[in-house]
Amino acid sequence: MRRVAVVGVGMTKFGVLADKSLREMAFEAFKEALEDANLAPKDIESVYTAINADHFSSQVSPGASVMEYLGLNPKPNIRIEAACASSSAAIRLAWLDVASGLHDIALALGVEKMNEAGRTTAEIIQFMGTGGDITWENHYGPTFPGFYAIFAINHMHKYGTTKEQLAMVAVKNHYYGAMNPKAHFQREITLEQALKSPMISYPLQLYDCCPISDGAACAILASEDVAKKISDTPIWITGLGLGTSSVALHNREDYATIPGTVEAAKQAYKMARVEPRDVDVACVHDCFTIAEIMAYEDLGFCKKGEGGKLIEEKQTYIGGKIPVNVDGGLKAKGHPTGATGAAMTYEIVKQLRGEAGKRQVPNAEIGLTHNVGAHGTYVCVHIYRR
Amino acid sequence: MAVTQFSFDVRVIVPPHTKLKKFFEELEKGKIMGTKCKKCGKLYFPPQADCNKCLSSDMDWVEIKGTGKLITYTVTHVAPKAYTNIAPYVIGVAQLDEGPKVTAWVRDIKPEEIKVNMKVKLVTEKCEDGITRYILKPEG
Ligand SMILES: [Zn+2]
Repeated sequence: MRRVAVVGVGMTKFGVLADKSLREMAFEAFKEALEDANLAPKDIESVYTAINADHFSSQVSPGASVMEYLGLNPKPNIRIEAACASSSAAIRLAWLDVASGLHDIALALGVEKMNEAGRTTAEIIQFMGTGGDITWENHYGPTFPGFYAIFAINHMHKYGTTKEQLAMVAVKNHYYGAMNPKAHFQREITLEQALKSPMISYPLQLYDCCPISDGAACAILASEDVAKKISDTPIWITGLGLGTSSVALHNREDYATIPGTVEAAKQAYKMARVEPRDVDVACVHDCFTIAEIMAYEDLGFCKKGEGGKLIEEKQTYIGGKIPVNVDGGLKAKGHPTGATGAAMTYEIVKQLRGEAGKRQVPNAEIGLTHNVGAHGTYVCVHIYRR
Repeated sequence: MAVTQFSFDVRVIVPPHTKLKKFFEELEKGKIMGTKCKKCGKLYFPPQADCNKCLSSDMDWVEIKGTGKLITYTVTHVAPKAYTNIAPYVIGVAQLDEGPKVTAWVRDIKPEEIKVNMKVKLVTEKCEDGITRYILKPEG
C-alpha cells in the first residue's frame, strides 16, 4: 500500500441553505477544495460521493447527479451510503483507491439537503426514525433523539452522569461554534439556557440535540509522489478503522457504549501506531451531547464512565487534555448527515496545517475524526498526521 | 402546477410478515411467540426465521413468558408526524428473564414513576391506532 495524503479540502457553510440545491452545495465545496489543492477538475481521477438518503433529495442515485454537475463524467464514481458516516466511508474508499495504486488523485465528497420548504420537523424526525429497525421498532414511533436518550438514561444510571454534564458539552460546542464562520449556529449559550430548553426526548433537551442542516464538504486525496509534488502541507492519513453495531436495540449488550466505536478506534490506533493520549485534536460525533461523552470513553480519552467528569473539568477545551470539537461539533457546526465526516476531515486538516485561526490548537500534529452512522450501525475512525 | 416540495410519506409502517406470519397471527390472539433453533437451541425474540449462530433454518415456535426488568427508557415528547397525537409516550428496553431483550412502549405507568430496574411484563395490546403490539407494563 502507498502512503496517502489529503491535499485539498472544501466545505460550504452549514445551515438551512434554502437558496442552494444539493448539486450547487456540492459544487461550492468542490471548487474550494480544488483551489485549496491548486488542482483543476481534469486532475481528479476517481470520485466517491456520499449522500445519506435519497429521500432527502427525492433523486434516486443522487451521486450520479452530483457527478454530472461537477463536470466529471465519464470518470469513475460510486455513491457511498453509511448513514451519518457516509463521507468518512467515502474517504476510506478514496484512501483505498489511491493506496492500492489504482488512481493517484481521488475525491471524496459528502452532501445532504435535509431541509426543504414545506417539510416539517415532525416529518423529518419520522423519516430519520426509519434508521431504527423497521420490523421490530418502527411502529413504536422511535426518533433519533430517543435512541440517544435511551443511551443517556443507561449512562446516567450506570455511571452517575448528570444532565448538567450533558449540557456542558453543548455549552463548549456552542462556544467554539461562535468562532467558526461556517457553523450553523454561531453564538454562545449558557448552561442555564441549555437546562431550561424544551424537552425533546427525556432526558435530552433541545440544546442536547444537533440541528437539521444542509451542506457539503469534501477532501481530495493523493498518493505520496503526487502529494509531495503539489503540496507544501500534505496531511497524511495514517490510520483507518471501521466498526459496526446492531440496528435493533434488543441485539446490543450495553447501552452506555457504541460497540462500533470501540472496534473502529482499536483498528485505527493500531494501524497508525499511536495511543489515545498521542492525539492532539479530535472531531467526534456529537449528534447528541451524550454521544460526545460516550465518544470520550469509547475512544480512550478517559476511562469508561468518566466522560462526564472530563467535560466538567473542561479537559476537552483548548488547553485541556484533549481538545474535542473545537469547530463547534455537530451540535453547533451542524449535521447535514452525508457531509459530516468530510467536514470533520476539513477541520482536522486545517488544524494540522495551523490554519484554524481563533480556534487553533497550538502545535497540533496528530488529529482524529470519529464519525458515527445512525446510532452506531457504522462507525469510522480516521487518524491524521502532518 | 402542483408542487410537492419533496414531502415525506408519514404513515405508520407495518412491514410484510413473510416467514414470521405465525408471530403476528398469535399476537392478535394474545400470545407472544419467539423462535428456538432446533439444531443449536438458541432462543430468538423477537423471532427470526434463520439462526445466524449455526445457519439452520429449522426453528420451533415457543411462547414467551415475558417477565423481566427495565434496563433503560426514554419519554418521547417531540414525536414523528404519525405519533404526535399520542405523545408523550415511553419507549423502553427490557431484559427478559428468558434471555433476550426487547424494545417496546412502556404503558400503564406515569413517566415520572418509571425506574430503571423496575419489574415489567410483556403483554399484547390492541392499540388506539388498531395495531396490535407487544408492550411493557409494570409488574408487582
Ligand atoms: Zn442454531
